[in-house]
Amino acid sequence: MTTPVGAASLTRRLPVPRKYIPVLVTACLFAAMFVAGGIRYEGFATGQIILNVFIDNAFLLVVAVGMTFVILTGGIDLSVGSVVALSTMISASLLPAWPAPAVMVLVPAIGALLGLAMGAIIHYFEIQPFIVTLAGMFLARGLCYTIGTDSVSITDPAFTAFAQTRVDLVADMWVSPSVLIAVLVVLVAAYVLHYTPFGRRVYAVGGSEQSALLMGLPVARTKIAVYTISGFCSALGGLLLSFYMLSGYGLHAVGMELDAIAAVVIGGTLLTGGSGYLFGTVLGVLVLGLIQTVISFEGTLSSWWTKIFIGLLLFTFIVLQRLIAGRGKQ
Amino acid sequence: MSALLRHRLFWPGVVLAGLLLLNVLMTRNFLAIEIKDGHLYGSLVDIARFGAPLILVALGMTLVIATGGIDLSVGSVVAIAGALACLRIGDLNDQNSVGGVLAAVGISLGLAVLLGGWNGFLVAGAGIQPIIATLILMVAGRGLAQLISDGQIITINSGPYKLIGGGYWLTLPFGIIVVLVVLALTAFLTRRLALGLLIEAVGGNAEASRLSGIRARGLLVTVYAFCGLCAGIAGLMISSNVSSADGNNAGLWIELDAILAVVIGGTSLAGGRFSLGGTVLGALIIQTLTTTIYSIGVPPETTLLFKALVVTVVCLLQSPAFRAKVFHRRRRPSASSTASEGKVKVPA
Repeated sequence: MTTPVGAASLTRRLPVPRKYIPVLVTACLFAAMFVAGGIRYEGFATGQIILNVFIDNAFLLVVAVGMTFVILTGGIDLSVGSVVALSTMISASLLPAWPAPAVMVLVPAIGALLGLAMGAIIHYFEIQPFIVTLAGMFLARGLCYTIGTDSVSITDPAFTAFAQTRVDLVADMWVSPSVLIAVLVVLVAAYVLHYTPFGRRVYAVGGSEQSALLMGLPVARTKIAVYTISGFCSALGGLLLSFYMLSGYGLHAVGMELDAIAAVVIGGTLLTGGSGYLFGTVLGVLVLGLIQTVISFEGTLSSWWTKIFIGLLLFTFIVLQRLIAGRGKQ
Repeated sequence: MSALLRHRLFWPGVVLAGLLLLNVLMTRNFLAIEIKDGHLYGSLVDIARFGAPLILVALGMTLVIATGGIDLSVGSVVAIAGALACLRIGDLNDQNSVGGVLAAVGISLGLAVLLGGWNGFLVAGAGIQPIIATLILMVAGRGLAQLISDGQIITINSGPYKLIGGGYWLTLPFGIIVVLVVLALTAFLTRRLALGLLIEAVGGNAEASRLSGIRARGLLVTVYAFCGLCAGIAGLMISSNVSSADGNNAGLWIELDAILAVVIGGTSLAGGRFSLGGTVLGALIIQTLTTTIYSIGVPPETTLLFKALVVTVVCLLQSPAFRAKVFHRRRRPSASSTASEGKVKVPA
C-alpha cells in the first residue's frame, strides 16, 4: 500500500481529527458546487435552491438515514427502493377506504415488520445481508405488482394537503411538510446514533461483531434493530414519496437503493462499517440533489450525465477514504 | 446417503428437479426435444438458450466471488458492450459484412475486458473494497451506455450479428455453444491447471496467499477482466437476440440474478471456494423458475414473489445455522453432528 506523501503530510498538518475529514470534504464540495453554480447561472445562488433540493429529496433523505444505520453495522439493505414503492402502492390502494391517519400508521409498521423479518433471518440463520435483502427487494417489488400493475393516483384530502401545503420560512423561502418530517427524522436519528447506548452498540457491531459479542453487547438485538429501522425509514420515505408524487406505482423508486448507498458513501461512511456520521449522509443527499439541480440549470446536458457524475464522485470519495484509512492503519 | 445429503450440489439439484417435475406435471410434452429444419427445439432447449447470458455472467461472477470479491457492474458492462457493438455495426456500409461485425464484436469485447480490468485495478491496485469499487462502474456505466447510444435505442439489421444471440449452428442454438465453450475453457483453466487453486487461496486468506508467494494483484485483475469479458459476451447475446441496444434496460438487475445463481450454486460469498457446476445449476434454476411461472399460468406480475420465495428457501436450506436449528429437534443424534461439521466447513 503506497500513499502519496502529500496527502500524508496534509492529514497530519490539518487541525481537525482525521475522522472528520470525509465529512468536511463533502461539505466543501457542496459549498464549492453551490458557489460555482451561483457564478455560472443566474438565479442559482438563493436559499430556495437548497430548500428545493430538500423538497425534491426529502424521501431519499429519510431512506438514506435508515441505510446509514445498516451500513454502520457493516451490513447493506438492497430492499429500500422496493419497500418505498410498496409503501406508495399500499397507501394508494388503501386510501379510498381507509382514513389517512390509519394508513400513515400502518405503512411504516409494515416496513418495520419487513425489516424485522430480514434482520432476524440475517442474524439467526447467518445468511449474508446482501442475499437476504435482495430476496426482500424481490418480495416487496413482487407485492407491488400483485397489488396492481398500473399507477394509482391518490386524491385523499389529507395527502394532497401534505403535497400542496407551503411552510413559509424567513424571506420568501418555503419548504414542504415532508421536509420538516425528514429533518425531524434526521435529528432523532442523529440523537439515537451519537448520544444513546444503542447508537454506540451500532458502531461497536460495525467495528467488530466478534469483539462486540465478547464484550457482552446484545449483538442480536442491535443487528435486527438496524434492519427494522431501515425498513421503517424506507416505508416512511415511501409515504413522503406518495405525498410528493400523489400516486402509488410499482415502478416508483427503481434503483433508489443505489442512490441511498451512494449518498451514505459520499457522506463519508465506510461500507465496512463502524465509521461515519449521520450529518455526512445528509450532506451526501444534498450533493446528489445539487448535481441534478446543476444539470437541469445547464439545460444542454442529458440526464445520463447525472449517473456519470455520481460515479465520478463516488470514485473520488472512495479513493479519498482509502488514503485516509491507509494513513490511519500505518 | 448422508454423503449425498451433504454434497454441496444436493439442495440446488433438488430444487431444480422439483421445478422441472412441476413443469412436467403442468405442461404436456415438456421434456420432448425435436429437430425441425435442422434446429433443435423444445422447452428444455429454450431454458438453456434464454439462460445462456445469465450462465455466462454468473460464470465470471463465480471466479470473482471465489476471490472474496463481488462485481456489481456486470449489468452496466452488458449494456455498454451491446451499445458499442450496435453503434459500430450501425455505422457500417454493409451491415451484413462478416469482417465489420467481427471488428465491432472485437472492439466491444475489448472494452468489456478493459472495464473489468479497471474494476480489478481498483480492487487489487488501490485496495478498495470490491462492492464499492464495482458500485462506481455500476452507477457510471449505465450513464456511459446511454452516452454511447446517445440515449436512443439503436436498431440494426445484421445477419452475422444476429447469429450470436438468435442463430443456430450444428443444430444447436449458437448461444448454448458459446456457453459450453466458455464453460469448458474455464473448467479446464481452473480445475486442470493451478489457477483455480490460486484463486481459492487468495479468496480464503489474501495475506497467507501473499506470504506463500502468490501474486494476488495480477490474479485479481485477470479474474475481474474475465468477469468483464463474460458480461461483454452476454451483452452481445442479449442485444443480438433483439437486434438492438438499449442502454437503459439491457442487463438490468442481471448482476443480482448472477450473484443469486452463484450463491444458489453453493459458492460462499465469503470467498475461498467455488463450484462452476453449482453456478450453472443455479442459473438454470433461475431460468427454469421464469419459464415455470409462464407455463403454469401464474400471472407474470407475481414472478418476483416466486423468485423471492425460491431464493429464501434455497438460501435457508443451505444455511448451516438454519439446518442446525430446524432439523436439530427432529433428528437429534445425526443432525447435531452434521450441523457442527457443516458449520466448520461453511463459514457463512
